[in-house]
Amino acid sequence: MSSGEVKLIGAWASPFVMRPRVALNLKSVPYEFLQETFGSKSELLLKSNPVHKKIPVLLHADKPVCESNIIVEYIDETWSSSGPSILPSHPYDRAMARFWAAYIDEKWFVALRNFLKAEGEEDKKAVIAQMEEGNALLEKAFIDCSKGKPFFNGDNIGYLDISLGSFLAWLRVTELAASHKLLDEAKTPSLCKWAELFCNDPAVKPVMPETAKLAEFAKKIFAKPQA
Amino acid sequence: MEEREEVKLLGVWYSPYAIRPKIALHLKSVEYDYVEEDLFGSKSELLLKSNPVHKKVPVLIHNSKPVCESLNIVEYIDETWNSSGQSILPSHPHDRALARFWSAFVDNKWFPALKLATITKSEDAKAKSMEEVEEGLLQLEDAFVSISKGKSFFGGEAIGFMDICLGSFLVLLKAMEELKGEKLLDESKTPSLCQWGGEFLSDETVKNVVPEIKKVAEFLRELEVRAQSAASRS
Repeated sequence: MSSGEVKLIGAWASPFVMRPRVALNLKSVPYEFLQETFGSKSELLLKSNPVHKKIPVLLHADKPVCESNIIVEYIDETWSSSGPSILPSHPYDRAMARFWAAYIDEKWFVALRNFLKAEGEEDKKAVIAQMEEGNALLEKAFIDCSKGKPFFNGDNIGYLDISLGSFLAWLRVTELAASHKLLDEAKTPSLCKWAELFCNDPAVKPVMPETAKLAEFAKKIFAKPQA
Repeated sequence: MEEREEVKLLGVWYSPYAIRPKIALHLKSVEYDYVEEDLFGSKSELLLKSNPVHKKVPVLIHNSKPVCESLNIVEYIDETWNSSGQSILPSHPHDRALARFWSAFVDNKWFPALKLATITKSEDAKAKSMEEVEEGLLQLEDAFVSISKGKSFFGGEAIGFMDICLGSFLVLLKAMEELKGEKLLDESKTPSLCQWGGEFLSDETVKNVVPEIKKVAEFLRELEVRAQSAASRS
């Protein structure tokens, strides 16, 4: 069931693409990374994800799997006997992990993205307030889920660590742009500690974009058009 | 482990999202207490305490531990009562990924377009959203044909995750059709989905769980009246 060639269509800067890459690394699954060119979509992408036309797309023995969190679950279930479990084992913990992952994508990340697009001090202030509220929720979620261990998933990186951790590079770029710490040791001490551990994990380090490179890229894509 | 299970479901009678865990609990023959939230009144203490982040129904409370978000709850029910009744999620990882993909499509793209088409005052926005809804139905038709492989449901012989996800909207769709006098699910465009819809609503389990179309249509009419009188007051 786990045999067959594995390819991942993605781009280095995308936090969503980073998720399956970390998962594949955790499971020691070799794969071919097919980098999309920014600004255009390949034939293969359009054919493999005709509904959304978005990355990441996992191709396993030529069968496509789309949507980053769905791909992570697929990887966990397909290579279940390899490496640690990515989803927690207890149904309640799994429900918690899925709940917070949905919150991160639907609320928390939207605030982060709004900050990068915000114009004017008032707008920026409002978004920062939103983000800090979200971070406070996630700090508590971390304490509840980790139960004293280093990661949301316990001793090892798991689904929720990957879900939030994939945004860390973008978070740093936003902090630089705002000259304002969003993950603050005083307000979110557990999350700060977790972030460092996550970034240094061997499954994560090779696929986490460098902050400086990402900041340059952000400037390019969020640049205002010349009048 | 023979301890008495305490299962409570907080919901609202007409909500498609609240219907989902109901169907799942019935498929697994799980006994539960149903608590109806006051739609037009204020949210109960229990709801606010159990879902402080979103303050929305449905919420499943199992032995005092809350689980939120309808599809999350359905997966939780499937995993917790896994030796009871049929499996709700498919067994093969690729089929599971497909079920999750299409249910995310329904919740994040298709239904929001339908909702927007219903509430927007702009004719342009309405037309654009309805186009999205119709395109979505065509995509779902193709998905159904490919996934069901000739069987009655997305889940095959029996109702599964994707059936519950999309099926939970059927009564609302039919009520809207009744109200507007226009067909949303059209046999000429999406014949397989229409047939599936009929099978789903006549299923023994579903039949006893979903609200009556007439009641939902009346409720939608009431909502419209409330919206209009609020608008004329402003």
